[in-house]
Amino acid sequence: MPTQANSAQLDGLHTFPRLLFHHADIRPQAPAMREKYLGIWQTWTWADVAERVRALACGLAALGFKRGDNLAIIGDNRPHLYMMMTAAQCLGGVPVPLYQDAVAGEMLFVLQDAGIRFVVVEDQEQVDKMLEIQDQVPTLAHVVYDDPRGMRHYSQPFLHDIHELMEMGRIHDRNHTAFLNEEIGRGHFDDTSVMLYTSGTTGKPKGVCQTHAAFIAAAQGGVEVDRLGADGDILSYLPMAWVGDHLFSYAQALVAGFTINCPESGDTVMSDLREIGPTCYFAPPRVFESLLTSVMIRMEDAGRLKQKIFHHFMAVAKRCGADILDGKSVGLGDRLQYWLGNLLVYGPLRNVLGMSRIRVAYTAGAAIGPELFRFYRSMGINLKQFYGQTETCAYVCLQPDGAIKFDSVGQPAPGVEIKIADNGEVLVKGPMLLKEYYKRPDATAESINAEGYFMTGDAGFLDEDGHLKIIDRAKDVGKLSNGAMFAPNYIENKLKFFPHVKEAVCFGNQRDMVCAFVNIDVSAVGNWAERRGIAYSGYADLAGKPEVLELIRSCVEQVNADLVHDAMVADSQIHRFLVLHKELDPDDDELTRTRKVRRNFVAEKYKLLIDALYAGQANQFIETEVKFEDGRRGKVSADLKIVDAKTFPVVKKVA
Amino acid sequence: MSKKIGEVILDLQNISLRFGGVKALTDISFDVRRHEIRAIIGPNGAGKSSMLNVINGVYHPQEGKIFWHGNERKRMEPHMAARQNIARTFQNIALFKGMSVLDNIMTGRVTRMKANFIEHALWFGRARQEELAHRQKVEEVIDFLEIQHIRKTPVGRLPYGLQKRVELGRALAAEPSMLLLDEPMAGMNVEEKQDMCRFILDVNDQFGTTIVLIEHDMGVVMDISDRVVVLDYGKKIGDGVPDEVKNNEDVIRAYLGAGH
Repeated sequence: MPTQANSAQLDGLHTFPRLLFHHADIRPQAPAMREKYLGIWQTWTWADVAERVRALACGLAALGFKRGDNLAIIGDNRPHLYMMMTAAQCLGGVPVPLYQDAVAGEMLFVLQDAGIRFVVVEDQEQVDKMLEIQDQVPTLAHVVYDDPRGMRHYSQPFLHDIHELMEMGRIHDRNHTAFLNEEIGRGHFDDTSVMLYTSGTTGKPKGVCQTHAAFIAAAQGGVEVDRLGADGDILSYLPMAWVGDHLFSYAQALVAGFTINCPESGDTVMSDLREIGPTCYFAPPRVFESLLTSVMIRMEDAGRLKQKIFHHFMAVAKRCGADILDGKSVGLGDRLQYWLGNLLVYGPLRNVLGMSRIRVAYTAGAAIGPELFRFYRSMGINLKQFYGQTETCAYVCLQPDGAIKFDSVGQPAPGVEIKIADNGEVLVKGPMLLKEYYKRPDATAESINAEGYFMTGDAGFLDEDGHLKIIDRAKDVGKLSNGAMFAPNYIENKLKFFPHVKEAVCFGNQRDMVCAFVNIDVSAVGNWAERRGIAYSGYADLAGKPEVLELIRSCVEQVNADLVHDAMVADSQIHRFLVLHKELDPDDDELTRTRKVRRNFVAEKYKLLIDALYAGQANQFIETEVKFEDGRRGKVSADLKIVDAKTFPVVKKVA
Repeated sequence: MSKKIGEVILDLQNISLRFGGVKALTDISFDVRRHEIRAIIGPNGAGKSSMLNVINGVYHPQEGKIFWHGNERKRMEPHMAARQNIARTFQNIALFKGMSVLDNIMTGRVTRMKANFIEHALWFGRARQEELAHRQKVEEVIDFLEIQHIRKTPVGRLPYGLQKRVELGRALAAEPSMLLLDEPMAGMNVEEKQDMCRFILDVNDQFGTTIVLIEHDMGVVMDISDRVVVLDYGKKIGDGVPDEVKNNEDVIRAYLGAGH
């Protein structure tokens, strides 16, 4: 599939090595990479990086690295490892970053599958892993390490210090001056630029081959939408094997020419963040959540006056902050208050969080609570969600400035076409699609349909403004008996955004209405009960209190009020629910070890309760066997009340 | 991995130490060779810490001779030991709780600073350049011990295992040729112990530092020491490589009781 979507191809900058040397030409003294070493941020300029990449590439060539070879890269985010990516690409090779936390046995599959001959690793820890599995990877010929610490007693001839490699390369370069430029010149935008392995939750990991053109197109689109310039800074701390890091820290950095900053160690990310003050930041939702929690806890210890000021201005921000950020019209009074709040609260708070210079912050990977999302936006932090897969360079939808909806992942990014299949599955097409799965033509054929659309496996829909809403994995989506779509995960997530709800399971496939099981969050609800003087003895007791049922009912009804606004899911309002007498637990096989509900198992185990929900009974007695942590078994029983929730009439849109 | 154990650098001959009528150490002789890890073990009250304090110059034995690099050592004070490149850590952590990790480790460099009090107070002349050079060394120690994330944290706020690591850091900052460790692993959990073992072995291996350590955890002692000396009631009852000591009748009796 020839790709013709990006303007860079026109001026010859259609591979990453060319982009690097282009930056080294036009801004040689600007910082390209920083790394904190011995407590001081060390800087490499674009000229430095270009020189090192040159040396590394020639060094690899001297060791026998050839066009088409794969180079495994294993380690934390280190400048030398990023340089190695470009070095491999210079020679027409393909970097294959691996998750550095994996044990040797887990790396084995990828190393064998990709036929790895060359590995570059960060340190002794990773070298040891390579030595452990060396016998099982017959192709493995050379291991290059970055950090020489602890390597003094390793004498194996196939181990190379990266600095020695660079020296070798410099000599090679002097003797064959034209060699590298010719190699770079042979690079084509349709060559595979990187291979990222999928996590393999469904079967064996697959190597996703992405071309230079795909990643450059994805990076350009993102850079344009969020106006990222050469003066930017990004903190590169997420695994190099993850598509998001490759997009932000590698592709976008090379396209836009901004600086990547590598933290000192995994434990210092937060203080490094404060020191760098990046202009662009990515974190999964739980990081934003824990940041907010730590702020709130520290606020509770602050003096009375400070608390008053804080809460007053947080209310102001809640009222108008997000609108001001979106450029909507806001009254003069609120504007003045917000300005004052910015001076007294938001500005200093952003500074503490290391987000003073943030132009855009991204989150993805899990659903983010609307409260959390609004909090950051109201503080003036331009937090956005995005959507994409490894197969699409993590580039399908972006939230453009001024058009943010917290429950959608945004509009199709430039150059991306989205289509919703009949079964609700999201199909995408564009220049960022994968070239193929490595050595898996069968899987490639399965994932791309006849019209060239990639099948994401996610179910979703486009709302009236063209924003994509992802609701569930396509295989979990069912239909109500009236034919309307039923996406359990979507509803459950909405419920789980309430702090009082820990877990929820919705039923409705092939039925006339949606009913739900709810688990309360015992610490949040317990706290709530204590403040109201409601005495309780344990989970089962608390879960059965009429006040608690009333509390959960208000949550359910809010979800219903929310659902009715979306024509697609308006029929999925929760009619009846009950609060389970025990917490769903992985020990009882009700949840997976990663705490995902095992829907079918729960449905079978509590069939009695489901029947009661649909039979319209007011209560139901149940006895359940539980396993305790010490292996004993016991029984819990309860007479559960079933609660009817208010639903809202569905207003059909007049076409 | 082969390591080079060198000549005798510290030789203790017939040391006896009394506090009034109490005999803490009686006629003890042993030596320490360059680049080895030498453990001193024994039941509670056996005189291990006293022995370390004798080496360190805190206590002055009434009888016996001490040879340091072949020269007989006269009466000496702890700060002189520090000047002679002997650094130590303590059984109950002795750090400045209110100061940051960085500042605490910096104090380990004090004996190497040349600028005088006035220069330090006014922050001019040598004081400034010196501090930069010393800071570099301190940062190397921080990097070595992997405590970058707590660089600026006051020591009092750290958990016990990390405080122990900081104390080791302060001793290392002095770039000692001999390091005395008084129960470096007391009160640690298994993981912290593993880390500490790794650091001790790395110090010994990478910097060539000679290490004398007191430790109760027999597993650790037998794993990492080159030679072990065993004390009981102020007397030496065993001396040798771990395997010899393990099978020594007197040692077994001292540890497990007579009837065994």
